[in-house]
Amino acid sequence: MSKIDPEEIVEEIEESGQLGHPDHHVPLVGQAPRRKEDARLVTGQTNWTDNIQIPGLLHAAVLRSPMAHARITSIDVSAAREQPGVIAAFTGADLQHHWAGGLPCAWPVTPDMKQPVHLPLAVDTVRYVGDAVAVVVARDRYAAADALESIDVEYEPLPAVIDLEEALTDATLVHEDQGTNRAFDWPFEAGEVDATFDAAEVVVKRRYFQQRLIPAAMEPRAVVVAPIAAADEYTVYSATQIPHILRVMLALVTGIPEQKLRVVAPDVGGGFGSKLNVYAEEAMALILAKVLGRPIKWTESRSEGFQATIHGRGQIQDVEIAATRDGRVTGLKVQLLADMGAYLQLVTPGVPILGAFMFPGIYKFDAYRFGCTGVFTTMTPTDAYRGAGRPEATFAIERIMDDLATELGMDPIELRRRNWIEHHEFPFDTICGLTYDSGNYEAATDRALELFDYDGLRREQAERRERGDRVQLGLGTSTFTEMCGLAPSRVLGSLSYGAGGWEAASIRMLPTGKVEVVTGSTPHGQGHETAWSQIAADALGVPFEDVEVLHGDTAVAPKGMDTYGSRSLTVGGIAVVKAAEKVIEKARRVAAHLLEADERDLDFAQGTFSVRGSPEASKTIQEVSLAVFAAHDLPDGMEPSIDADSVFDPENFSFPHGTHLCAVEVDTETGFTRIHRYVCVDDVGNVVNPQIVEGQVHGGLAQGIAQALYEEAVYDPEGNLTSGTFVDYLVPGAPDLPAFVTDRTVSPSTTNPLGVKGVGEAGTIASTPAVINAVIDALKPLGVTDMRMPASPERVWRAIQEANASGGSAGQAATGTTTLTAQAGPEASA
Amino acid sequence: MPDIDVRINGIRYQDHVEPRLLLVHYLRDRLGLTGTNVGCDTSNCGACTVLVDGTGAKSCTMLAVQADGTEITTIQGLAGGEGAGAPEDWHPLQKAFNAEHGLQCGYCTPGMIMSSVDLLQRNPDPTEDEIRHGLEGNLCRCTGYQNIVKAVQAAAGELRAAGAPGAVVGGQS
Amino acid sequence: MIPAAFDYVRPASVAEAVAALGEHGDEAKLLAGGHSLLPLMKLRLASPGVVVDLGRIPDLRGVRDDGDVLAIGAMTTHQAVVADPLVREHVPLLAHTTAMVGDPQVRNRGTLGGALAHGDAAGDLPAVAQVLEAEMVLEGPSGRRTVAAADFFVDYLTTAVGEDEVLVEVRVPKYGAGWGYRYEKFNRVAQAWAIVGVAAMVRRENGTVAEARVGLTNMGTVPYRARATEGALAGAPADATTLATAAEAADQGTDPPSDLNAQADYRRHLARVLTRRALEAASGA
Repeated sequence: MSKIDPEEIVEEIEESGQLGHPDHHVPLVGQAPRRKEDARLVTGQTNWTDNIQIPGLLHAAVLRSPMAHARITSIDVSAAREQPGVIAAFTGADLQHHWAGGLPCAWPVTPDMKQPVHLPLAVDTVRYVGDAVAVVVARDRYAAADALESIDVEYEPLPAVIDLEEALTDATLVHEDQGTNRAFDWPFEAGEVDATFDAAEVVVKRRYFQQRLIPAAMEPRAVVVAPIAAADEYTVYSATQIPHILRVMLALVTGIPEQKLRVVAPDVGGGFGSKLNVYAEEAMALILAKVLGRPIKWTESRSEGFQATIHGRGQIQDVEIAATRDGRVTGLKVQLLADMGAYLQLVTPGVPILGAFMFPGIYKFDAYRFGCTGVFTTMTPTDAYRGAGRPEATFAIERIMDDLATELGMDPIELRRRNWIEHHEFPFDTICGLTYDSGNYEAATDRALELFDYDGLRREQAERRERGDRVQLGLGTSTFTEMCGLAPSRVLGSLSYGAGGWEAASIRMLPTGKVEVVTGSTPHGQGHETAWSQIAADALGVPFEDVEVLHGDTAVAPKGMDTYGSRSLTVGGIAVVKAAEKVIEKARRVAAHLLEADERDLDFAQGTFSVRGSPEASKTIQEVSLAVFAAHDLPDGMEPSIDADSVFDPENFSFPHGTHLCAVEVDTETGFTRIHRYVCVDDVGNVVNPQIVEGQVHGGLAQGIAQALYEEAVYDPEGNLTSGTFVDYLVPGAPDLPAFVTDRTVSPSTTNPLGVKGVGEAGTIASTPAVINAVIDALKPLGVTDMRMPASPERVWRAIQEANASGGSAGQAATGTTTLTAQAGPEASA
Repeated sequence: MPDIDVRINGIRYQDHVEPRLLLVHYLRDRLGLTGTNVGCDTSNCGACTVLVDGTGAKSCTMLAVQADGTEITTIQGLAGGEGAGAPEDWHPLQKAFNAEHGLQCGYCTPGMIMSSVDLLQRNPDPTEDEIRHGLEGNLCRCTGYQNIVKAVQAAAGELRAAGAPGAVVGGQS
Repeated sequence: MIPAAFDYVRPASVAEAVAALGEHGDEAKLLAGGHSLLPLMKLRLASPGVVVDLGRIPDLRGVRDDGDVLAIGAMTTHQAVVADPLVREHVPLLAHTTAMVGDPQVRNRGTLGGALAHGDAAGDLPAVAQVLEAEMVLEGPSGRRTVAAADFFVDYLTTAVGEDEVLVEVRVPKYGAGWGYRYEKFNRVAQAWAIVGVAAMVRRENGTVAEARVGLTNMGTVPYRARATEGALAGAPADATTLATAAEAADQGTDPPSDLNAQADYRRHLARVLTRRALEAASGA
């Protein structure tokens, strides 16, 4: 064996040319290099959680309650234990002593919020169809599925609690020990609300409904736990958005010390909030691995997931807007009734509270009252689904702006112009206490109107109305903003959220000049590996290909707050920038030493430190990396490392905005609605990767449109989820969606060094009201003034029938919502 | 237990299988061909789509025994030979999905690409509408389909330029 | 998501299939394309003890020209039906409708015989078989018998196929160039089942309707013929007003279900609207 000579290695690496010539670095931010993630995804070499095979792996299957609400009078798993291939079977009582705590809710929005204990396996009472009552562990998934059929459970049925307003009567308690179904009341008020409404020339009052939605990420949830039981050490692989949060929470739920848990989010196939949670099956798999000393896998089936994975939305919104007759909004009142479902999951109560700040939208007025009551029901728990509170708020304000425009006889876009924050007014302090940093609503709207051909479509609409066309055209507007980039930790603290909103990044310079970026932000489809590579490559002046992004494993990326709330780029991406700055500063010290120059005389550009005035005296950052690795000649007292960690806590949210215009064709005979044209102009500040941004917008639009037209989690009065599979829960396919026209304006964020804003939720937040406004606009001449979601053909048809029956343009008859109330004089009620 | 004799991605397998074993579980759990995904249990999502004797099939709605005697191509064999890695060797659809950003989380992608192979074999020059309808057996939750359609259009162009539709499936044309 | 265990039989001939049914009685289920049966088995809504796979009986596949009729093997896939030149020439309604069944993967594996024998009134092809006045050839232990489409669909998921019988062939009369046709499928998303579907065929002579046939999908437990509409049109002028008036009777005698996608009254309304549209298209009015 030959002796290793460091000098030789150094020379070899230098001669190999691997250190590159970074002076030709072309900026990558703003470009769309091919996604790094795709190689494994398009070739089928992905590492989904369900792909994981470990010697000795056992499969768990969960028996779920078929009843919405019942007492378990007896449960017997002994026959299941005797089934071939079955290793173990447990009831809730069997595992009860293993739980150090219930499944967590990290957002106690009020000090007196009701927080019932939520054990991973129900013990005495089941509270929704899908509540877990027993678990079987078997040699393979087939044997586990079979064994479930041998479990004998007897239930004593209790009344289901499905209707939110009925739930408030407490006639049936979902959690008897809490004494009420009312989980919390959360109030907010700013300005002279009563006086404003008393003095208002026009008040429009509406009730809107946010149906329950099922997030339905394409990859079902799955978890694998690999134990070293003797050492009480566990690796938890989970299809999760939040490996870091999950690690903390699993420690609290199971009592296994946090340092003994490693949580890995392998490739994760979408989340949309549904994997932003701590689930019963994750805790169960961990305890089963501990008890049995064997690796455990659980993978949900889709129909199981429809019951056992959180749902989204689920609100009744009572909204009142006050305005002057010439179209100046003066005040807003919002009262929400929010469906918590049977238990409070990780951020269930916080979802409607996030929305509280967004009801004012992009408009200026001085009086705002908000209240939200959270209520327990015997349905699958709700939690964050793409947009989380903000789509609901945006829907309400954008719908009522259209209703106000109708009542005032004003073009809906003109009404918006009269009320929105103008571009020279930024930064703008809103009635809710937020500071919108930047935006240009005029520019986005003008561009959207141009792309849409608004005037042309209005002409076509008039022609169709004129000739009584069977297929009517409707135009809908949504001029939205949202708060994302969650979040400044102090703000989260003030809202009683259980953690901070920072994000971590580390940059490690490898001896060969290559770069590892470690991020605490955990992707599940967003493209972090590509975008972070762009950011790091630009910051350090290294080739895009030389950057490797590591994530989603608490052993590799130990610090993180994970991915939700459109926070990755605006928080996690900035952490990468900050870490790169630290690397450069450390490298500068080494470069100065090697060049025998003063640090202050060094410029850093294109990945190269050069001495100001004598550019031939230079060191690339790769050369510095190698020198630091060798550590032969470093400044006195310097550690041989230029690696750096950064944790970035944003000073503000980011406030993307945009104008979405939708034209629909509604077949007035059948009620079928087809999107005729969809134009959106979004402003997400500066853009790191326009292709990824556009993709996020497209996908967001699809989900927002799906809420408007297709999707609804339907429960029958007994509490059965009747839209329980993809056969009945209508996720739109390729033929059901239009080709979107997208464009952008750019109002850089002023609160982060990249000037970026979030984009992950924008399309979903904006699109739902645009579509519904369009449907109502199409049917306005027929007397239809409101439309429940989804605007299914039957709903549309019935609305037309009911409007006909009540004499055409009679106003609110179609939906029973309250009509315009005018307080300034008799003529206003016309 | 019946015996099956099946060629998958060019490799011949002879196995005993339980009659109820679904083809997708045979691929994933028995052969370790985890490129093919399960996204639902009602034959709606198409994530599990493979080619059986050259045409698209949902492998969750097919028994492994039904595959006896057939030739199957999964996403992992599309570029010809399993594990073919280098981007220049990818099938034009794989390249196009990458270039046009036709995937985000990528879970639907293997099924989407295999359905697109089937579509382009049948219709080498599809309109946008024909592409959308040709993919109606596959659900995607991330992309809104727009870039998937673009990717199929781009790949169709490349395949037409390259010649015969027989070139669509690598390794078994 | 995982079927219960079963025994598997793969006969090489119809006779073997019939024998297998005889042996296993009501324990046995026939497996054609599998797109109706396997999803039910995976959700454990069906748990047959024996599955008899018809997939390897060559005689059951293909389209044969048999004089005035096309004889279509029961195991002919939807895709093969759609692409078949004989079907396209002589029974274009069948090709046109079959192209709307399920999705491409379903059409690649699903079969004409399977779709009919499953007897789901929400399926598109039972109503089409009704208007085509197809005949189903069933083979059992005592030989073959033929059942007219009108008598084939008995009740919800129940057909005239006996426990010991196999649907082997669908015989469809050839329709000449004088016939117009249309299937109107109404669903909320492309891959969903029809909320209502209407199959129409119209033969015109000198500006009048010589014969009109209308079949209704998902308007009850079985596929219906809209006899009142058909009767009103026989010999009537082929103009829009006449068609529209006749279509108003399309839902007579039906018993539509109420479910997540539609209440019965809405289905009745759709049946009338879609019948008018299908008739307009089929008659070129």
